[in-house]
Amino acid sequence: MMQSDIKRLSLILLFAPFALWIFLLIILPHLGMFYISVQEKVGPRMYEFGLGNYINFFTEPIYWNTLIRTGSMSLLVTVLALLLGFPIAYYIAKIAGNRTRGALFLMCLIPLWVSDLIRAFGWILLLRETGIISTSLQWAGVVNTPIEFLYNDAAVIMGLVYTVILFMIVPLVSTLDGMDNAMIEAGYNLGGNGPTVLRRIIIPYAMPGIVSGCIVVFMLTAGSYLTPILLGGKNSSWFTEQIYDQFITRYNWESGAAFGFLLLAFTSLVVWGGLKLSGQTLNSTVARS
Amino acid sequence: MTENDLATTENDLECVQVKKHFGSVKAVDDVSFEIPKGSFFSILGPSGCGKTTLMRMIAGFESPTSGDIRIKSKSVIGTPPNRRNVKMVFQHLALFPMMNVYENIAYGLRCAGASKEVIRTKVHDVLERISLPDVANREITQLSGGQKQRIAIARCMVLDPDVLLLDEPLGALDLKLREAMKIELKLLQHQFDTTFVYITHDQSEALVMSDNVAIMNEGKFVQIGTPQELYHNPSAAFVAGFVGDTNRWAGKVTRVENGAVEVATEAGLTMRGSVRGAGTPGVGDTVSAFVRPEFIAAEKSGGSAKPADAAHNVINGKVDSILFNGANSRILVRDGAGELIEADVVLTGGTQDLKPKDDVTLSWSPEQTMSFKV
Repeated sequence: MMQSDIKRLSLILLFAPFALWIFLLIILPHLGMFYISVQEKVGPRMYEFGLGNYINFFTEPIYWNTLIRTGSMSLLVTVLALLLGFPIAYYIAKIAGNRTRGALFLMCLIPLWVSDLIRAFGWILLLRETGIISTSLQWAGVVNTPIEFLYNDAAVIMGLVYTVILFMIVPLVSTLDGMDNAMIEAGYNLGGNGPTVLRRIIIPYAMPGIVSGCIVVFMLTAGSYLTPILLGGKNSSWFTEQIYDQFITRYNWESGAAFGFLLLAFTSLVVWGGLKLSGQTLNSTVARS
Repeated sequence: MTENDLATTENDLECVQVKKHFGSVKAVDDVSFEIPKGSFFSILGPSGCGKTTLMRMIAGFESPTSGDIRIKSKSVIGTPPNRRNVKMVFQHLALFPMMNVYENIAYGLRCAGASKEVIRTKVHDVLERISLPDVANREITQLSGGQKQRIAIARCMVLDPDVLLLDEPLGALDLKLREAMKIELKLLQHQFDTTFVYITHDQSEALVMSDNVAIMNEGKFVQIGTPQELYHNPSAAFVAGFVGDTNRWAGKVTRVENGAVEVATEAGLTMRGSVRGAGTPGVGDTVSAFVRPEFIAAEKSGGSAKPADAAHNVINGKVDSILFNGANSRILVRDGAGELIEADVVLTGGTQDLKPKDDVTLSWSPEQTMSFKV
């Protein structure tokens, strides 16, 4: 009797901070936001219930175009991060020796010690018209006039890939690490060549890590604000920028809240579609790694 | 010359002076052997003796520092692993967990570009042959240890390899299953009529299953022979000590007469032995003498104790302890010099059985005292 009471008490105590965190910092604000998002302004300080904010999003092409653009560019960033991250993760997990493995992993982590903002400014120093790349190109005589590398989609994508690639590498390394080398050897031994072994054995085995990395990277990218604004400038048209505008510039919280929920719904839909396509579940991917 | 050529075409696998050095470590040092078609060949050695390296070279995952490896008389040096018709059953089997049984077996056939029809017939054929016809659609995790084992073999055998390599595949199984799988492997080998090369550190696996066994130590083959030869006629002290259980004494030769020696052990026993292996020891040379427990007869000491003569070594001692193991029961006898000697006995459970502290007389023939010059 005593024993089970103590058990229950300790469970409650352990669970309480988590429950409080979920409730106070996640559920409650979202409920509030949702409430705001279904309010329509009918006069000064006069509101009534309605879906006008949501309808507004669909009737105004600039809004949903921005969301589609954000979504597709985030997908592109995810794919690039995967293509770049997979060989790195494979090298760290399977080819590097035990000692270099730790060092390489640490090198991947180092950029995280510097804040997002500083890293973005670092890119600006490199890419701006008077930046290092432009000046050295002029100095080498490749070009005659300064070149602006900033404020275009390529710069945004590069910056985003750089920011998020670590979140692709970590889950990939952990899944590939769990793969017995004998499995790869068996793939060759049974007659497979390099591409076959990659396609039929390594990638299917790493699928949970790939999907979990992609989900995290996609969510981070679609929800990122600093990098697209700083590297893409005014024309970056990132959806988070729209949300920021609604809240801060226009002081239209109702519309901003509705946009926030639309972004959440959109990214969730993409993730759900990705899971369906790859035949994975949230349980087997993100929860595992 | 032609006869020689004919003889070599009979071999599925040949290694000619194969060496593999990792820096200054000679993992495999000048190994040569040939395996005739359709036989079960084992490489037996303690861990770290280089047997796995040798197998990896045959499979193509490592390339030898020097020497030649020939499969069906064709050198495979420089041939990548996926082009060699040598298949391998890995130590932990390395079945692909993301594929079901059917896909696992079909993988190799797909790589070879077989048509869907051919794949289906072949996979079902091979599942029949390993008597698991109904598991095609199971996931790997749903199989028992013994079933996984058989699927791993089927996955290789469906490709009709010239040689099947097995890298201690029974190591992960529990004892009972291991015993059953030993017999099963031998039967499978007969059924497929393919050359099996089996690597193990477990001598009973090697002795039970193999047609021929190579004993490997420190990168070299010490002896190749049938299990009986290795057991009864070891060519070196290492083989005598490694294969089978044995009592071992170190001593000095005190007398030599046509093939037989008299040995005085360090502890002060005197016994006659037969000279084995390379080198004929002279008086004063150091030798190692080996006697297997089953050749030592133990009798309760009574009035009828036989004296030591030319046909018998006789030692008196006291039973120290009894190791009861059914038909393989054994006693430990402490002799006058304080050493323990193992001898096999039959324990019937009756009153005549030996008990601890009994005085016993041990006797064995000099012929069974295998003496090697050190």
